[in-house]
Amino acid sequence: MPQQSTLVVAAVLLPLSGVLLCFLFSAFARGLFLITVALTSTVVLSLALNLPDSGAVRHLVGGWGAPLGIELYADGLAVFLLLTTTLTIAAVAIYGVRYFESPTQPATFWPLLCFLWTALNALFLSGDIFNLYITLELMGLSAVALVALAGGETALTGAMRYLLVTFLGSLSYLLGVALLYHAAGTLDIQLLGERLGPDTTTWIALCLITGAMVLKSALFPLHFWLPPAHSSAPAPVSAVLSGLVVIASFYILLRLWLEVMPEGKAPLGQLLAVLGAIAIVWGSLIALRQPQVKLLVAYSTVAQLGYLFLPFAIRNTELAAAAWRGALYLVLCHALAKAAMFMAVGNVLRFGGHDNIDDQDHSVQRLPATLAAFGLAGVTIIGLPPSGGFLAKWMLLEASVGARQWWLAFVILGGGLLAAAYIFRVVGLAFTEGSLAREPRIVPRPMEWICLGLAFASLVLGIAAVPLLELLDVGLPFGGAPNGVLEDESLSGVSP
Amino acid sequence: MNNALVFSLAGVGLFIIGLHGLAVYSHLLRKVLALNIMGSGVFLVIAGLARRLPDAEPDAVPDALVITGIVVAVAATALALALMLKVRADAGIPELPERERE
Repeated sequence: MPQQSTLVVAAVLLPLSGVLLCFLFSAFARGLFLITVALTSTVVLSLALNLPDSGAVRHLVGGWGAPLGIELYADGLAVFLLLTTTLTIAAVAIYGVRYFESPTQPATFWPLLCFLWTALNALFLSGDIFNLYITLELMGLSAVALVALAGGETALTGAMRYLLVTFLGSLSYLLGVALLYHAAGTLDIQLLGERLGPDTTTWIALCLITGAMVLKSALFPLHFWLPPAHSSAPAPVSAVLSGLVVIASFYILLRLWLEVMPEGKAPLGQLLAVLGAIAIVWGSLIALRQPQVKLLVAYSTVAQLGYLFLPFAIRNTELAAAAWRGALYLVLCHALAKAAMFMAVGNVLRFGGHDNIDDQDHSVQRLPATLAAFGLAGVTIIGLPPSGGFLAKWMLLEASVGARQWWLAFVILGGGLLAAAYIFRVVGLAFTEGSLAREPRIVPRPMEWICLGLAFASLVLGIAAVPLLELLDVGLPFGGAPNGVLEDESLSGVSP
Repeated sequence: MNNALVFSLAGVGLFIIGLHGLAVYSHLLRKVLALNIMGSGVFLVIAGLARRLPDAEPDAVPDALVITGIVVAVAATALALALMLKVRADAGIPELPERERE
């Protein structure tokens, strides 16, 4: 069995070599990418399987430690997100093989996707705030290029706006990093947590970083760039953007919140949670009014991202840890379900040539697997049992009630109802008869099956949660006690 | 008023000027330039704060940060300019359309 630290390095190096190979030998890019997927998933899987035994892994690249060296840090939280990324990218790759089949499609899709993947893996494993900046920027640039792949005015202006936003976010983050380095003399996240006190420089820096991450995670009211970018990208790209890319900036915010933010952060947390709650309600209401399925799904992402910010309001460490477990589980379920939805929309677009909800042809009769996938993924997005989304939102709900934050509980339940409304709007209307706008194109079977498979996986996550939640707790990223042991006691201590 | 303070205040000033330009102008080239001015401001802050103690040698880490940051900014600018030309070719004008009201 190879050492855990070797696996950590391989999780970044393998996709990176994949980028170079896919770029150099573009004729074989597809095959090379699939080989990269196979190798990297093996690495990430064995890393995840061994992590509960080995504990969190800290690796100094090339033997150089802080301040000049690069440190990789893999705890349960990081590896959990690596796993999420790998699953989603693998599904997108299988889908993309048929989606980008025709020779007119750009060959740059594969190296760009691989680059995005490298950046994501490196970001989740970064142990210092400057490497986070670099990986964040690499991720943003490849994501922008992927959006622009679709071509045409909508996609290009969507990509351009996305680039300006992501550039602005990175620069604000970098300014924050500069101030933090000045205040603490280190870039290492753990050391920062030990050295920083609640002084003005620190707070200005942390507010800059928080603002940048809120912008990049498209939290209300800074969500304006997300729907045009996500809805104009090719379907497999939208799947990655909505499921993974917005999560990366949320992850940075979460890491800093848990390890760096000094005392007195409660008002900021309250603000983030309120914005999250507004995002849930507002995003869902706007989703309800969208004329096109793809825009509806994109606004649904705005709403679902809101849930991730709710635990910021919970002050009790144990309860907050429980809420974070729920939020992270939602990240996984949402990534799979949202990927399935965007792929389903991709199939509908290919079949009928448009995705207007009001005149959906009887696509349900012609694309039963696709519509089933959309419905099943919808079950997770709404949060109905036995889906993974239900479990995640239940954990959030339980923690909110335990912390006596009734308004959070109310928002979580209301968000589910609104989600049900917009999901059924699509699923329901697809059954009505309509005329075909143009001759339907055949949708390859694998494209239907892979999105059904993903949707099904997001359901199964509701049943097979225990090992994943145990993985999430390795290294205690959220503080507090390991899952389930002391959590129940603290709950009974708080409730009447 | 020491050097570090002058440099960092100038850097923050550039950052704010850039932010203003980004918000006010609609021509994409101006927006990209505004972002570059913001970037220069950030680099000035990093370099200006390199001397952490009054009589110590300047720290080497901020240099490394600025150099890496410049590389990233150049790459981002190149992508932005290429994309801007494509937008102009497709939409006729190098500007973003007004956002549709939600």
